[in-house]
Amino acid sequence: MNGSFMGRDVISILDFKREELEELFELSDRARKLVDRKLRLLEGKVVSLAFFEPSTRTRMSFEVAARKLGADVIGFSSEESISIAKGENLADTVRMLDSYSDLIVIRHKLEGAAKFASEIALNPVINGGDGKQHHPTQAMIDLYTVRELFSEIDGLTYAIVGDLRYGRAAASFIYALTLFKPLKVYLVSPPILSARPEVTSLLKSRGIVFEELSKLDEVIEEVDVMYVTRVQRERFPDPTEYEKAKGTYKITLKLLEKAKHSLKILHPLPKVDEIELSVDNSKHAAYFLQASLGVPVRMALLTMVLGGEL
Amino acid sequence: MSEPTLVVSKIRAGTVIDHIPAGRALDVLKIIGLSGREGTRTAIIMNVESKKLGKKDIVKIEGKFLGQHEVSIIALIAPTATINIVEDFKVVRKFKVEIPEVIEEIIICPNTTCITNKSNEPIKSRFRVLSRKPITMQCSYCSTLISEDDLYGLIKV
Repeated sequence: MNGSFMGRDVISILDFKREELEELFELSDRARKLVDRKLRLLEGKVVSLAFFEPSTRTRMSFEVAARKLGADVIGFSSEESISIAKGENLADTVRMLDSYSDLIVIRHKLEGAAKFASEIALNPVINGGDGKQHHPTQAMIDLYTVRELFSEIDGLTYAIVGDLRYGRAAASFIYALTLFKPLKVYLVSPPILSARPEVTSLLKSRGIVFEELSKLDEVIEEVDVMYVTRVQRERFPDPTEYEKAKGTYKITLKLLEKAKHSLKILHPLPKVDEIELSVDNSKHAAYFLQASLGVPVRMALLTMVLGGEL
Repeated sequence: MSEPTLVVSKIRAGTVIDHIPAGRALDVLKIIGLSGREGTRTAIIMNVESKKLGKKDIVKIEGKFLGQHEVSIIALIAPTATINIVEDFKVVRKFKVEIPEVIEEIIICPNTTCITNKSNEPIKSRFRVLSRKPITMQCSYCSTLISEDDLYGLIKV
């Protein structure tokens, strides 16, 4: 078991095969049963959390996961607090962390930063989000949540909604779906925030049935899993365009009247106002469950990468 | 009466780059790092008739033998080019240029937030060639796709 993960970098969800993710999910099931206990599996190991960009959920859930497994945690959560502020380059910071720890989790605003870090570090590097590109551990949690809700990932109709151009969680989830057999994938966004060419060309080359559109209400009746991300004001050159778009992509109870009873809504969080608050208490909301699965999935991943049997 | 032909003398030893798409000879020289100030005897022949291409450019460089790296970068801007290695006025080796599977350093990633564009880091750009006709390549760091049309403006010269 877990031989294929041992010592491995986790840079993109596309680095993994379906079978490997299924193995991770099985281990995540076991981690959930142990989540209330303090384990000693990774005792003596040190995990570095190198967060060059702010993060609440990813950083904290990695920290909790590592500590629950008995590892020590070092790190920082902004560039200001480290020598980067003095002009040190990323490569030197990574070398230093690599010498202090057994694994580095990195988040950085530039695409490719995690891959670059993995080329420098001798120990494994896990990408905690790089620019607008990858967020593989979020994608693992998202898939695991779908599996939990529907008992399967294949054969469902997905709608990924919001900012598909700059949102790394959305892009990673779309990438992740290419490893499975979704019935159909709808990419719903304002044209200005549509999925990048490398994302759509991968969907095409992997034979995934997908459609890009700008209005959710046209397809909502078909959807099993709705993955919502935030449409951010700063992405729009024209503020009136933003105001229009914001309304179109807001998930309300009224919009959900047309949806399947079994529709589930996922969101990588944080959410602001893209989902009406009243939706939180509806049977459709699955994003708090999704967030709660962050710790066990990351526990499973850390165990598999650093070695140890849960 | 036939049109007068352009006569350029043979070189003794060096490289002849033939079948360059018309108008690209100066770019080929740039990309292999020849500005003319090195003192190398060089003939640049542009827009001459070609059976294969209609019109073509030719570059003859005395005393310079191109390495694998230079040949592969020529392929990016002059994919039809042929390389002739000349010794003692005779062509001793002849080969076509070929775009390699991975191209390091010579292409600038058009994505400004790609890690390869960050200054003061020991990193080279790296592109994987996805298709050769037409050329499509992908940044190994940020996954940005570039097409043949984009490529020309992204080569470091």
